[in-house]
Amino acid sequence: MHNSSRRGFMGKAFGAVAGVGVVGSLVAMKKTWDPLPSVKAAGFTTLDMSIYPEGELITEKWRGKPIFVLKKTAEMIAGQTESQKARDVVVGDSHFMLAIGLCTHLGCIPGYNAAEKSFLCACHGGMFNWAGEVTKVPPPRGFDIPPFKIEGNKMILGEAGPEYQAMKDSGITL
Amino acid sequence: MAHFTKATSVKDWLNQRLAIEKVEKVMASEYWIPKNINFLWAMGMVLAITFALLLVSGIFLLMYYQPDVKDAFYSVNYTIMRDVDFGWLWRHVHGVAASVVFLIIYIHMFTGIYYGSYKKGREMIWISGMLLFVTFSAEAFSGYMLPWGQMSYWAGMVITNIFSLGGLHMDGLVEWIRGDYVPAQAFLTRFFMLHVLLLPLAIMGLIGLHFAALRLPHVNNQDGEEIDFDAESKKYLAGDKAGSKVMRFANDFMSKDMMVVGIYLIFFFYLVFFQYGFALDPVNFDPADGLKTPAHIYPEWYFLWSYEILRPFSVNIGLMAFGFAQVIFMLLPWLDRSPNAVPASRRGAFSIWFWLLLIDMIVLTAMGKLPPEGIFSTIGLVAALAFIVLWIALPFITMNEKKV
Repeated sequence: MHNSSRRGFMGKAFGAVAGVGVVGSLVAMKKTWDPLPSVKAAGFTTLDMSIYPEGELITEKWRGKPIFVLKKTAEMIAGQTESQKARDVVVGDSHFMLAIGLCTHLGCIPGYNAAEKSFLCACHGGMFNWAGEVTKVPPPRGFDIPPFKIEGNKMILGEAGPEYQAMKDSGITL
Repeated sequence: MAHFTKATSVKDWLNQRLAIEKVEKVMASEYWIPKNINFLWAMGMVLAITFALLLVSGIFLLMYYQPDVKDAFYSVNYTIMRDVDFGWLWRHVHGVAASVVFLIIYIHMFTGIYYGSYKKGREMIWISGMLLFVTFSAEAFSGYMLPWGQMSYWAGMVITNIFSLGGLHMDGLVEWIRGDYVPAQAFLTRFFMLHVLLLPLAIMGLIGLHFAALRLPHVNNQDGEEIDFDAESKKYLAGDKAGSKVMRFANDFMSKDMMVVGIYLIFFFYLVFFQYGFALDPVNFDPADGLKTPAHIYPEWYFLWSYEILRPFSVNIGLMAFGFAQVIFMLLPWLDRSPNAVPASRRGAFSIWFWLLLIDMIVLTAMGKLPPEGIFSTIGLVAALAFIVLWIALPFITMNEKKV
């Protein structure tokens, strides 16, 4: 009896030591899998917004992801609905569709059909219009908008300016 | 200390130290297999041999493969395929075996479902087998990343995005799994580690569990007969080999097993030498490009059925349906409420259920390969719904089954 309770204590003591070790190891393992500081630091891209041609889709790159930039034509701007206006990014006199060019379903890059002014994702058949809104499932929402900050004619991707913050607060983008 | 005597032979020397005769009896000559089985009972050995082929070819590929986003594509497509003598052989063996192993796994699985080999004490065989299916799937996916071609990259992008769990938007988890915002160096190196070390270790452990789970309930037979293995093995050892319902694992059963393996290997190496193209997607011969999605992306054929269950729905429902498809097979021993461990042909409604499930999975596979447009979208949606309905109906179908 005396012996078994002594063994019981030794078992519990070992359990406590092992428990601390397991938790410590799991923390270290989780942290080792985190993105490296160098990966996080390289997360900014600056665009010159004065050089884009009207009505043409240009693909830029930010954090390894494609960024769609479409300078809207006068016709597009005139016909915008309220929800399309809410997604509008205005730099000076120009209006842009700015978006992360990945389908919000599972992240394929939708192709742009210039004639129909719409995007089709080849992976699962999702569709978006020229303003970045979703028009056919499975994607659950329109294109996400990258964090941006407008400085004159320049735009910095990766930094959240007041225009972006407003969009985020109103739930236009995630 | 145990008592050791001067050895009379090498065998005796080993026997005193390792009990090799006892081990041989337990593992082979007195491990009893029913006689009333057919060639489908050889699929386990076919799988073991295929796993060995994957392991050996993988070891040789590992000597030249470079897990670096700049070099990976060329180390596979240039160094291994052109520079290394017989490098092409290892790659084609590895690629073909990775595809064929799933064909055999599916045959093995559906054999088990047809003959009720997941019931009456055989539940752990089924569960360990399904865990093997899951780890083999992870192994196939991680290996598919390594050549770092367009399909590698975009499959990596799409599959890791599943972990954001749709409406839950767990983008942090996705970035943690990738170690970057997109699949890049950290992603390639960690999936390389998973593919060559952690997952193969898990697979080998699970194979051990799968075999151990078979030990007490023994192998099922094609007539659903309950065999008294103790009585039948005694009869066999007493000399009545013809009258006994069982035979030795080795060499009785093994000789037939290896006959099937021989036929399989001829088929396998025919594929390796003359028809390897099906296992090497042409799109993956373009190097990975994060700014260009291939026009039409699809998984390898063995994932198509579950991919087609994901595809026709909106994102959250699709993910739920996909999750359902991943775990539901695991629960089969409890969803099948009937105590009958007999072939499906003698189980009435269950027989119809079995064939409908098999046909539905073939339809899902075919639709998963086709572009998601028009009539194919509709057929895919119907087949995906049918899959879910079939599984929900299973307990009700089997509840009232007559005891045979």
